Amino acid sequence: MSTAAAPSDAVGDLTVACEGLRKVFNGPDGKPFDAVHDLSFSLRAGTISALVGPDGAGKTTLMRMLTGLLKADGGTLKVLGIDVAAHPQAVQDRISYMPQRFGLYEDLSVQENLDLYADLHGVPQDVRAERFKRMLEMTDMARFTGRAAGNLSGGMKQKLGLACTLVRVPDLLLLDEPSVGVDPLSRRDLWEIIEQLIESDGLSVLVSTAYMDEAERCDEVLVMDHGRLLAQDTPTEITARARGLTYLASPAPGTPARDLQARLIDAPDRVIDAVPRGGAVRFIRQPDTPVERLGDLLQGRPVEERGEELEDAFMLLLRQHNAGGKPDAIHEAASQDALVSPAAPDQTEGENVIHVRDLVRRFGDFTAVANTSFDVRRGEIFGLLGPNGAGKTTTFRMLCGLLPATSGTLEVAGVNLRRARAEARRRIGYVAQKFSLYANISVRENLEFFGGAYGLRGPALKQRVQTIVEQFGLDPAATSGALPHGYRQRLAMAAGLVHEPEILFLDEPTSGIDPLARRAFWRTITSLSQSGVTVIVTTHFMEEAEYCDRIAIQDAGHMLALGTPQEVREQAGGDSVDDMNEAFIAIVEQGRAHDAEEKTAA
Amino acid sequence: MNGTEKGTGNGESAFTTRLVALVRKETRQMLRDRSNLAVGLLLPVALILLFGFGLSFDVRHAPIALIMQDRSEGAREIVSGLRGSAYLDPVDVETMEEASRMLRDGRVDAIVQIPSDFARRQVKGGAQIQLILNGVDSTTAQTLEAYVQGAVATAMARQADRGGVVSPGGSVMLMTRTWFNEEGNSRWYLVPGLVVLIMTLVGAFLSSLLIAREWERGTLESLFVTPVQPLELVLAKLAPYIVVGLIDLAMCLLAAVFLFGVPIRGSLLAIVVVSILYLLVSLLVGLLISGVTRNQFAASQVALLISFMPALMLSGFIFDLRNIPIAVRIVAEFLPATHFMGVIKTLFLAGTDWGMVASNSAILIGYILVFTFLTRRTLRKRLD
Repeated sequence: MSTAAAPSDAVGDLTVACEGLRKVFNGPDGKPFDAVHDLSFSLRAGTISALVGPDGAGKTTLMRMLTGLLKADGGTLKVLGIDVAAHPQAVQDRISYMPQRFGLYEDLSVQENLDLYADLHGVPQDVRAERFKRMLEMTDMARFTGRAAGNLSGGMKQKLGLACTLVRVPDLLLLDEPSVGVDPLSRRDLWEIIEQLIESDGLSVLVSTAYMDEAERCDEVLVMDHGRLLAQDTPTEITARARGLTYLASPAPGTPARDLQARLIDAPDRVIDAVPRGGAVRFIRQPDTPVERLGDLLQGRPVEERGEELEDAFMLLLRQHNAGGKPDAIHEAASQDALVSPAAPDQTEGENVIHVRDLVRRFGDFTAVANTSFDVRRGEIFGLLGPNGAGKTTTFRMLCGLLPATSGTLEVAGVNLRRARAEARRRIGYVAQKFSLYANISVRENLEFFGGAYGLRGPALKQRVQTIVEQFGLDPAATSGALPHGYRQRLAMAAGLVHEPEILFLDEPTSGIDPLARRAFWRTITSLSQSGVTVIVTTHFMEEAEYCDRIAIQDAGHMLALGTPQEVREQAGGDSVDDMNEAFIAIVEQGRAHDAEEKTAA
Repeated sequence: MNGTEKGTGNGESAFTTRLVALVRKETRQMLRDRSNLAVGLLLPVALILLFGFGLSFDVRHAPIALIMQDRSEGAREIVSGLRGSAYLDPVDVETMEEASRMLRDGRVDAIVQIPSDFARRQVKGGAQIQLILNGVDSTTAQTLEAYVQGAVATAMARQADRGGVVSPGGSVMLMTRTWFNEEGNSRWYLVPGLVVLIMTLVGAFLSSLLIAREWERGTLESLFVTPVQPLELVLAKLAPYIVVGLIDLAMCLLAAVFLFGVPIRGSLLAIVVVSILYLLVSLLVGLLISGVTRNQFAASQVALLISFMPALMLSGFIFDLRNIPIAVRIVAEFLPATHFMGVIKTLFLAGTDWGMVASNSAILIGYILVFTFLTRRTLRKRLD
């Protein structure tokens, strides 16, 4: 990356230089903790650096300290050679910062938002015209300049946020998780824009991200966890740390990859990480455990070495960092899951618990869901995927009986939803995307309330709450709102399961939780499915489709693909595509191209 | 792209550019938020009608027991004065016992007794009429007192006009409290106060949402990392709502004069200037609450509780401040609304007392400076 464009009144060529940086917050339990602990690093001008780490790693806190919005509790911090704490405005005049939730004014139009930020940054009129034109072209938003920002899709909002951030060329660009909650297509567009701008403007960038494929595009990666810097190096060097530890195992034919994955991930002393991918299981062994010692877990299934990736190294770093400390989330969840009744493999194969035919939902003259048909079998994990605004949530709400269908057949657990909604609801559990439990009462009180709402009472209710509290490893006396995010997720799931439903609906259960907690979450889902509960789940993380028995991909209300992950990958373009993300993009683009053809033909 | 672009540009013009941009933004947001605009423009209309027509302390056709122990011409003149009042319905009663029974039973609201020595004492001076009021409803009692006094005074004046007995004692009953409100018409008393209530409501309630909304929607974080200054944010948020407040003020003044026939005896310019000062105080209180709570719901509740309610109860809108306990009075003295209430009522009903206008304006300007300073502090560009 060229350093020519970067102004060089920065000391040396460093955009950021910090030494012993510290920030203390009060935790939910009232005790102070170090959100950022003794952080020392520097960033060179003209480079793009990625900041990766799980939730609560301190990424956002660090970003805010760099912008001068938070004051450090210790250490020194210089941005562009300026002491931020002493002269925050001087720094703010030269940087651009896109917070995680960019502050678009939703009641102002796209153009009005751009004008506002250009005026605030004092961008001269002649520069502005050219800049806007380019930004609107890049973001493909020239058609929407008159539209209120609030009426844009999630992906479009992020693009507009980026455009507003970049109304002028800053000396340092800070992006805080620009792609969070954005579907893979918009995510790709967003990164194309960022890379074009880096290319043409010679920007220095620090971007935090939860996606390893994004980190891999950067010159340098900083790995953070619990406020500490675990590593700072090029992606290649960091990836190399996992060399020789990475393998691929194939599950027994006819069994889901997630069963093998569950066995591997349940042995944290020997296996660092295991995830299903492309119908097989990728795993990382502990450095001191030769692969031969995994025989009991693999049960004779073939294993081959595979090339290491940045994500492997990331998991390795996180596990090593967390090893000494508190009991880790996955292991704990896994041991609790032993209480879920053990697997009864291939039971009642073929019995449909959800039956959907020609389902349609219209809002006015807008068709949110068009002619959708599918079945879900008992004990299946069924994934519903699609870009923002594809109709996932609408479909989901109809299945749960929260929204009546315009037309079509809809049977859940053998009950016709159009006639007996209340009856169907008793047999399903629903976990909403947002934490919808009462935050100021205890875990036990929440569970008792939800049990009561489903008609459980007396000793039966007490018994059931006790069982589920043990099953999910929850502290019944804890105040619900003070739980860490991962535990809140568990409590929400426990509340959805308290009346022992046959079918569990989960709406974006893993959005906003970190990779470790996500693995723990999926481990629980695997156990539930083994005990015969049918699970319907929506997600933004395409790699999570690998945990599902079958998936459906929706776009603009239409069902584009339906089948096992393997079948969907094949539909997307044969065996070469083993990445669910790419398969998803390919299918959605094929669908849109097809749609466009039909329109021009007609 | 070429090198260093200084965001701040050069001093004053950058300040103006940013301020204009922010004012434009706030105005657009205000105009597009229908519910807010409705509160700003329709609620004052509702309040004017409600307080102007609905809330009146006037008592009409109040039954009073009349015991006439003297039937002289002077006494009859007074009785015809009472009977002629639209507010009073005198009932003739023979004895005090009967009258007091009626009062206790609530069949009459007051007893008027004209003693047998009325005519005699009228000649000598120091004639007395006994008025017994039901103190259970003190507001009605006070109102009735004013009516009876008014009726008696009118009768006396008429008598004097006709060259009858000129009674030096007759005027003793005229009290200063009806000085500016000869008819005892409470609407004259309430409508000027309505300006205070509406300025308070529009100011504090609407502006209490403004900063909190930006915190809730996360827009401030992006705004902070621009060259914008806290004071610019404060000024920009005030601007569009001053216009709304002025529209409301115009509505109040027009309604006062043409709908309710309340006289404006003081300087109109003084009324407008003092009202704008108070509007600014009120808007700044709202913004300060908004900046401190950072939560729209809490902010609107607090704004109602600490600005609108006290303005209603403690500013002298309804209750005379001279009659309230000293502790409450001290609190009332700290309310900007109290100072505005005093000056606006004087300007409406009594005329322009420039000394009072100046001193109360100075107090309001003091509040403006303090609240601007405090509000600016809540917008320090920091998240912790």
